Amino acid sequence: MIKIKDLHKSYHMGNNSLHVLKGIDFNVAEGEMIAIMGSSGSGKSTLLNILGMLDEADEGTYTLDGTPIKNLNEKIAARYRNKFLGFVFQSFNLISYKSAVDNVAMPLYYQGMKRSERMDRAMSYLEKVGLAEWATHLPNELSGGQKQRVAIARALASDPKVLLADEPTGALDSTTSYEVMEIIQSINDEGKTILIVTHEDDIAHMCKRIVHLKDGLIIDDTKVDQIRAKKTADV
Amino acid sequence: MFNLERWQEIFETISKNKLRTFLTGLSVASGIFILVILLGFGQGLQNGVAKEFEQNATNRITVWTGVTTVEHKGLNPGRFIELKNEDYDYLIKKYEDDLEFKSSVYRIWSGIANYKTESGSYRIEGVYPDYQFIENATLSHGRFINYPDHDNYEKVITIGHKVYTDLFEKGEDPVGQQIQISGINFKVVGVYTDPGGEREESRIFLPLSTSQRVFNAGNRVRNLGFTLKPQETFQQALQQSIQFSAEIESFLKERHIVAPNDTSAISVFNTLEEAKRYYDLMGMIKLFFWIVGICTIIAGVVGVSNIMLIIVKERTKEIGVRKAIGAQPWSIIWMILHEAIFITAFAGFVGLIFSMGLLELIGPNIEIDYIVNPSVNFNVALTTVFVLIIAGALAGFFPAWRAAKIRPIEALREE
Repeated sequence: MIKIKDLHKSYHMGNNSLHVLKGIDFNVAEGEMIAIMGSSGSGKSTLLNILGMLDEADEGTYTLDGTPIKNLNEKIAARYRNKFLGFVFQSFNLISYKSAVDNVAMPLYYQGMKRSERMDRAMSYLEKVGLAEWATHLPNELSGGQKQRVAIARALASDPKVLLADEPTGALDSTTSYEVMEIIQSINDEGKTILIVTHEDDIAHMCKRIVHLKDGLIIDDTKVDQIRAKKTADV
Repeated sequence: MFNLERWQEIFETISKNKLRTFLTGLSVASGIFILVILLGFGQGLQNGVAKEFEQNATNRITVWTGVTTVEHKGLNPGRFIELKNEDYDYLIKKYEDDLEFKSSVYRIWSGIANYKTESGSYRIEGVYPDYQFIENATLSHGRFINYPDHDNYEKVITIGHKVYTDLFEKGEDPVGQQIQISGINFKVVGVYTDPGGEREESRIFLPLSTSQRVFNAGNRVRNLGFTLKPQETFQQALQQSIQFSAEIESFLKERHIVAPNDTSAISVFNTLEEAKRYYDLMGMIKLFFWIVGICTIIAGVVGVSNIMLIIVKERTKEIGVRKAIGAQPWSIIWMILHEAIFITAFAGFVGLIFSMGLLELIGPNIEIDYIVNPSVNFNVALTTVFVLIIAGALAGFFPAWRAAKIRPIEALREE
């Protein structure tokens, strides 16, 4: 699904240049659920941004579902993002003046889907995350966990190949974190490829594979036995 | 433009920020309001000045006389200068080819006119038949006095509309009736109207020859009135009339032994020159109004642009999110642009409607000299609307461009 070879990225600030990624080789097969871990400054967010086409690498190749991702202009990047990727952010990033269902329907709007069809699909995804009753509520009327579930529904709405989550539980307490992880796991069970950036060990162990980054290099890449979030939540 | 989804988006953002939108709209609306009112008054001024000149032929040249104020060739000041029939005859012969209409005038400032039991005091003027055109008079009954009347010293008169309504009963046919002036009977041959209004219409015209004989004036005349033949351009006409005025002024001053710099003894008044001065002034005033109005609109547009920049800044994160989930740069540009155009166009129309309404309402009721019926013509209104829409697009474009350039990664980082 994802093939990365020898990826480099540096940031320039004035005369200083900061080499953040120093040659990452990384493959993801379809249906995997991977946690990317590392201390701050290890390059994990940068890697996720490059994977999400929000940022571009200086060197190296990146292939997503057989499509080489290079020389992106804004227009193509926007189309690929819409087609291939779903994003979940730490701070939810819902649009505050739109209801839950409108938020979920947004990627579909940018695909050019008709309103009625869009609303149907948005509702079905809201049902999937258990928030059908909250469809007409504005984000500020929802709890943190509910907001993140809306965000997940929005990320799934365009039926992406890969779900990218940047610290999806970073702003949540552990109970709600597990609820959110439970949903993410169930999505993965249906065959969706998922990448999660996290620094929490328990969250990482709910994935099937953990990749450790340090100083811009992968230092450890191991498959783990997945801990089901539901069981943990019950304990 | 007709994308329903985008309209919904706009109304959502607008309803979220009612006060801000209102204030932005207010600046544009007041800009348009001021522009239209200024243009309306510019037009009113033009109408007013045009009306002032309408009462007489616009290329009229008048000569009148007074008392000398400057000693000249040993003659003391204080002499009253009187024009003679000979002056007139000489001038019309000399300038035969240039003159279109010509007349000398003998005038009695107030003569008592009686008809049956009615009477009134009017200006009585002995004139040539051409005077009708110099005065810009139109006949409503009968005819103007003519050359045979003049040659035969006929006691006939053409009366002003005011004289007619004063002396005659409503609907009565005045032609053929006898009116007494200073105890002498005159036959009414016609009634005229004059765009100059009541003051110009309370006069009675009779043949010059008759007036000189009846009022014992000998060969004296009070004024001379001329119009010159039309020229191809206004400039040529102006040039010719200025030259003509100067020539007759110096000729008459020489003949009556008046100092060349004595302005009160013999004056030549050139309506065209005066008109040009007014029209030039009016052109400047109109231009000034336009500039002020346009500047006001620019201020409004800059206001909109400013507000849109703030909106973009405020919505940076939202724009980042939209881009992350697949919004194309152009869809962001359109979103911002659409909002800007909508606000300016809507507010502009409101300003336009209010100002046009105000002009419609009070315009016809304004009765001040030099301002008549201030109004704005439809094409001008249409132009301002186009200017507005373009201005709205400009006001929105730069903020929109900035919004589209926002990189989602930076937008998302912003808290």
